[in-house]
Amino acid sequence: MNPAPMVALVGNPNAGKSALFNALTGARQKVGNYPGVTVERKAGRMSLLDGRPIELIDLPGTYSLEPASPDEQVTRDVLFGRQEGERLPQAILIVVDATNLDNHLRFALQLIRLGLPVVVALNMIDMAERDGLTIDAAKLSAELGVPVIPTVAVRKRGIDELKAAMESLIGDGGVRRIAAGPGVIQEDIVVLQRRARAIAIAATREEQGARRWSHRIDAVALHPVGGPLLMAVILFVMFQAVFAWAQAPMDAITALFDTIGRWVQTALPGGFLRNLLTEGVIKGTGAVIVFLPQILILFFFILMLEATGYMVRAAFMMDRVMARVGLSGRAFIPLLSSFACAVPGIMATRTIDDPRDRLTTILIAPLTTCSARLPVYTLIISACIPARHVLPGVGLQGLVLFGLYVLGTVGAMAAAWVLRRTVTKGPSQGFMMEMPKYQMPSLRDVGLGLWSRCVIFLKRAGTIILLSNVILWVLASYPVAPAGQKQTEYSIAGRIASVIEVVVKPIGFNHNIALALPPAMAAREVAVSALATTYAIDAGSSAGNDAAEEKTDQALGSKLKVDWPLPTALAFLMWFVFAPQCLSTIAVTRRETNGWKWPAFMVGYLFVLAYVAAGATFWIATWAGL
Amino acid sequence: MRLDQLPLNRPARVLAIAWADLADTAARRLRELGLDEGVTVEALHVAPFGKDPIACRVGRMTVALRRAQAHAISVEALAA
Repeated sequence: MNPAPMVALVGNPNAGKSALFNALTGARQKVGNYPGVTVERKAGRMSLLDGRPIELIDLPGTYSLEPASPDEQVTRDVLFGRQEGERLPQAILIVVDATNLDNHLRFALQLIRLGLPVVVALNMIDMAERDGLTIDAAKLSAELGVPVIPTVAVRKRGIDELKAAMESLIGDGGVRRIAAGPGVIQEDIVVLQRRARAIAIAATREEQGARRWSHRIDAVALHPVGGPLLMAVILFVMFQAVFAWAQAPMDAITALFDTIGRWVQTALPGGFLRNLLTEGVIKGTGAVIVFLPQILILFFFILMLEATGYMVRAAFMMDRVMARVGLSGRAFIPLLSSFACAVPGIMATRTIDDPRDRLTTILIAPLTTCSARLPVYTLIISACIPARHVLPGVGLQGLVLFGLYVLGTVGAMAAAWVLRRTVTKGPSQGFMMEMPKYQMPSLRDVGLGLWSRCVIFLKRAGTIILLSNVILWVLASYPVAPAGQKQTEYSIAGRIASVIEVVVKPIGFNHNIALALPPAMAAREVAVSALATTYAIDAGSSAGNDAAEEKTDQALGSKLKVDWPLPTALAFLMWFVFAPQCLSTIAVTRRETNGWKWPAFMVGYLFVLAYVAAGATFWIATWAGL
Repeated sequence: MRLDQLPLNRPARVLAIAWADLADTAARRLRELGLDEGVTVEALHVAPFGKDPIACRVGRMTVALRRAQAHAISVEALAA
């Protein structure tokens, strides 16, 4: 059977391409990677009105076929039929923004010249009407020589008409070029632009006086005083929500895992399997999955900021600040995303054209406080920092947490400053960006984005995190210690930890921390489950009766409170501000920089920073008598 | 007058662009964003810190760029 015909979805950034992709394919999407390059391949299945399936691929948004960044290069290569691992599309679906025709038509003209069958989606037609523009789609179609279908992707308007137009393009599904192909597109951009403008003017009727409302919002959002204030409020609400909204679902998840644990405890006979399941699997993964609500809330805000168009305004306001450390406002977007997770943050650096800016941003991204640190921070802070108020309404615990976020951010900026003057030295390329119109995000699009994040997180919890927990549990449980010896010291993991302990003892770390650090390389949140597992094993081996089971269920926090002096707890927090304890980040850095050189450098400088900072904290805290 | 000196909310026409003063990537981006001789531009907003960068209307788009880059663009204010 022949594979389904493939249609490429192409357009300028901010044309509403992703919304159209979602409207056409629904949830039937697959995100993968192109071989050899670092660009995500987003494909989905859609069916035409007669039921025939089409594979739709969403190519990265670009302004022209002269690539400036790696993702723009993929767009060009796919359309030229040169991309490894991808067939030449049967047809192109071009998305243009109806409110910005003269610019978007230029790229459309360039694409039409490629000679593949083309249909144009004249998107955001409702916005154009609101701006007082009337666009004659038939006239536009006549000028361009291809079908033009008015659509409103976020409201799913015009989708069936678009499918009907695609149906007649696809025909029997074979690839055919109508015109010359890639050879003829090297036309001067300015000439194309002038033609595009002429066509746009001919097809558009404009009513005067319709003032654009994006401009009115910007008068507030970019106000010299109000703008930064608004941004501070938005960021504050975002981080506040991560804690406030997440509490109830987190309690529910904890209760769920406790119930499962108790059920297994009674259903299975005592022995290896039961202990592995309750201590290694359920306790370990439960300790991580409990943070899913916080991570989703953080991603919800990031996706909303991107979908509304506010993110670019934030980049605009922050450009000057970023310029101080040698970066541009563009770097602000990946860095803000890194507060959710450094992996999508690092992937988002692909939109930075300047290679040195991009590399610097990748290297500092792991310093921003990602959501995987939250479990570690929350655990240690609630266990070791007293819950008292330093000022009315300001708790000490919250203040410490805020301090850790600030420290990560300041650390990232300082690192950028140093890197930009040493390893990534070079002139700055400046800052130039289109500011898209504000848009009401469609809940469906945000929901789809959140869903894919949720799947990725649960997959990680079910594979790499589960596996490292089980390995740790087995290594920490065997061989069984004779009476009078501690299990976490006698076991294989305990002996490995004793070697590591020699290195980390000077910075105040104890044996159990040394035991938790290697598995936490898999992901930071594993530190929590690893500590939970090791303390559970210790509690379990001290006595084999029901009283011990009781003790196992006690909160990990109260054990740490007894076991860890304050300087150790502070040094541990400091370690997690800097240490590159995340294999996914290292892997994505390798992919994005095409080699081991930069991830090795990144891991090296971050470990040195972490060691020095944790050590300094420990000794200062000890000296201060904390 | 250069674009970076243009007062806010005052439409102007682009007279000339000193392409040679811009880095290659910056020059290409500027073209892609629709900057060209004869186009109407209007400075709309300045960033809060240090009044840099600025946001300008170019055609139907709003484009953010640094003052140093805007300096390469010569403009003539249109009669209100």
